[in-house]
Amino acid sequence: MFIAIAIVLGVASLIGGYIAIHHEKLPVAIIASGLVSLFASVIFLLLAAPDVAMTEAAIGSGLTTLIFFYVLNKIRQRND
Amino acid sequence: MIKKILIIGLLAVVGLIFFDLFNAYQGNETLSKTANYYAENGAKDVGAANLVTAIVVTYRGLDTLGEVTILFLAAAIISFALKFRKEDFIPNRPVRVTSELLDSASQVIVPIIFMVGIYIFINGHLTPGGGFQGGAVIASGVLLMIMSNPNFGVSHKVIATVESISGIAFVLIGVLGIILAGGFLDNTILPLGKLGDLFSAGVIPVIYTFVGLKVGAELSNIIGTISHAQNEKN
Repeated sequence: MFIAIAIVLGVASLIGGYIAIHHEKLPVAIIASGLVSLFASVIFLLLAAPDVAMTEAAIGSGLTTLIFFYVLNKIRQRND
Repeated sequence: MIKKILIIGLLAVVGLIFFDLFNAYQGNETLSKTANYYAENGAKDVGAANLVTAIVVTYRGLDTLGEVTILFLAAAIISFALKFRKEDFIPNRPVRVTSELLDSASQVIVPIIFMVGIYIFINGHLTPGGGFQGGAVIASGVLLMIMSNPNFGVSHKVIATVESISGIAFVLIGVLGIILAGGFLDNTILPLGKLGDLFSAGVIPVIYTFVGLKVGAELSNIIGTISHAQNEKN
């Protein structure tokens, strides 16, 4: 059971990583990279590191994603 | 063509080096000497039910001080790099109207997020988590507040006060350890108490409260600065 969940999460993060690199639309890519962090935090929880999982969930998928969006917004304003 | 062959050759050499390392790797059957010491004496020396906290705050307390300093530097550099002149400020930047759902939900959830963050760092010596995690959770609460109201400004005065007081208090507690107990950041200046109680593990809950406030203030400041920089005229 543990291995099955770990494999599903690992494959999901690989797919998320691929989308983050190759998708044409940047917002989708940012969301995908946030999803990778979310999957990673669940994997950390399964590997008995709840403190690392907390940090990853709050910073990796929360703060970093929003900062990417702010920067994207700024770049678009400059390009207009 | 030659470039590609060079790249492949270089990759092969790097692969060879790492294969050797990989091949020679053997997993540890037992704990290493340091880890063994921590596992055996951690509860007795420090009195923290969460051994990770005992190591992070007491045995490796100086590293934690360094990490907090690095985070402070990062926040300061971001503020410095994103500074702009007063003339370039757009007072009422047109923003998309926040959806009713996000607005109402944030009013309910933000206090709960703050409470969870505070819970995490106050109970850092008992349950997984600690100052950094609690601070990050508090910062995500601030993030939600900014998301629901894009013109919400993080007060620099509050941030600066909270951050300076907690930073100075962290160092002062460390120095008190030299005077009253065995050394810098020694946690036995307060009684160790019973293992598993809220008021136990000496000075660890106090230090973690300050670390949590400091990290929360720093991360909130980073978010606030980046959100404020959206108002800059191009």
